[in-house]
Amino acid sequence: MRLFELRGISKNFGAIQALTGVNLKIDAGEVLGLMGDNGAGKSTLIKIMAGNFLPTSGEIWLKGEKVEFHNPVDARNKGVEVVYQDLALCDNLTAAENVFLGREAKRKFGPFNLIHYSAMFREAARHFAELKSETRPRDLVRQMSGGQRQAVAIARTRLSNPDIVLMDEPTAAISVRQVAEVLDLIRRLRDQNIAVILISHRMPDVFAVCDHVSVMRRGKVVADKPIKQTSPEEVTGLITGAIETA
Amino acid sequence: MSESLEEIAHRKDKGALREMLRSQPFWVTVALVLMCVVMSQMSNVFFTEDNFFNVTRNFAFIGIIAMGMTAVIITGGIDLSVGSVVGISGMVTAMVLHAGHSWWAGIIAGLLTALACGLVNGILIAYVRLSSFIVTLGMFGIARSLAQVLSENHMIYEFGPDEKIFFQIGGGMFLGLANPFVLLVLLTVFFIIVFRYTTWGRWVYAIGGNENAARLTGVPVNRMKLSVYVLSSLMAGISAVLLVSWQGAAINAMGTGYELRVIASSVIGGADLMGGAGGAYGSFIGAALIEVIRNSLLLAGVDANWEGTFVGLFIVFAVLLSKFRGMRSG
Repeated sequence: MRLFELRGISKNFGAIQALTGVNLKIDAGEVLGLMGDNGAGKSTLIKIMAGNFLPTSGEIWLKGEKVEFHNPVDARNKGVEVVYQDLALCDNLTAAENVFLGREAKRKFGPFNLIHYSAMFREAARHFAELKSETRPRDLVRQMSGGQRQAVAIARTRLSNPDIVLMDEPTAAISVRQVAEVLDLIRRLRDQNIAVILISHRMPDVFAVCDHVSVMRRGKVVADKPIKQTSPEEVTGLITGAIETA
Repeated sequence: MSESLEEIAHRKDKGALREMLRSQPFWVTVALVLMCVVMSQMSNVFFTEDNFFNVTRNFAFIGIIAMGMTAVIITGGIDLSVGSVVGISGMVTAMVLHAGHSWWAGIIAGLLTALACGLVNGILIAYVRLSSFIVTLGMFGIARSLAQVLSENHMIYEFGPDEKIFFQIGGGMFLGLANPFVLLVLLTVFFIIVFRYTTWGRWVYAIGGNENAARLTGVPVNRMKLSVYVLSSLMAGISAVLLVSWQGAAINAMGTGYELRVIASSVIGGADLMGGAGGAYGSFIGAALIEVIRNSLLLAGVDANWEGTFVGLFIVFAVLLSKFRGMRSG
């Protein structure tokens, strides 16, 4: 049984056809690189997988069942987590509070249900340790490096124990050393048998961590190959249109 | 693993003192204590029981509203209508009592009036997505004008059969402290806990920090925003009831200029007008500082009209201070 599959996903916004018949599949413990130029339809596709948009036509299958995501919380509850490009973190809160935002740990205090900070710090510390990241749960996100912020955003996805994590350009705006850190985080997720879809512009990153690569151009998937059977040159050609399909 | 946990614990211990030294409420408290020491040397009236009673009661009316205002400011909004809401809620309470109804009917009517104002503000801001500045500026004008229309420009000083009980609520005392001040202290403790230990409190901060992130992680942002404006108006309503009860009279100019003093209290206490920071203790101490300064000016024989200048300068100064602090840490 396939973990996650998109079948013939199309999306149009009025007269604009953003996606046409997109097929995509991924198994547990696999990292899929999704590549394409600006305007190729990557963002639209991610938003459909994350529950921000409903597709105009086509089906989403998760663990052998047809599913529909009506909003991001819905998608999350069904097992799809997203790490957004801007990470969607609150700078003024601690790492642990960000990890637990929207689903805070609580404890009964008489008739009141109060936030259980020590449990949140402990749990967050465990997730950071699992990700082998030097991120301190009590630090404010404002004071953190790009790599640490990524760790916070990724640790957040671990809470719901998802089947799939979508990562939107996680390495776009950080330093070389931090890129290595983020790629390690992706490998950790894969080792825990999670399927990762990595949306990226950066060829070296995709070739470093992905098992499969899908290339999009003008709203269509023009190639879907194991990473070992392709090369950066071929993928570049597919992205730009120098090579039609592969 | 154990090493890193130790490190975390260690950091927390060292961080507590540093955090205190960096917090604005701490320095405002220091300023307040210094101010009181200086005043007690300069005036023999300042440290009397009577003056203490008056000062604490006076800033209670502002401090109570500042609790709600702080929540609004933390989410990144502003509520300019609180002074006018005090006006109309106070007037409604007074009129209901004047018509011969019981004390609790008057209070409920006043609070419902405030609630209605808050709902209008909150719905327009949270759901229609209008700017909080514009919506509450509109309410600032509307609520004041309605208070004037309702009162037909009369002052109300007869409060019907329950007059004695009603006057006792805002004018009475408990353990030697004015009732409004007792309520302010209770509310401050309550909101310290609420801001820190409830999801509502944390979500208020999250919305101010990154509204989009809060939305994406499933925080009910619209409902939260509605709630802070309702809270702000409700606090103005409570303050209005206490004010009318203490003064034993209601005029439609009640609460005029309160928005300035309330916002100043929050901001002096560390609330960031860009959202994401602020607190209940800070608002309490900010309100106290403003009132002590006002009291000091009076005792020093300075024209009371200077108060607005000081309060205005304080707002600008507090914002400047937080800007410089932001530059250093950023």
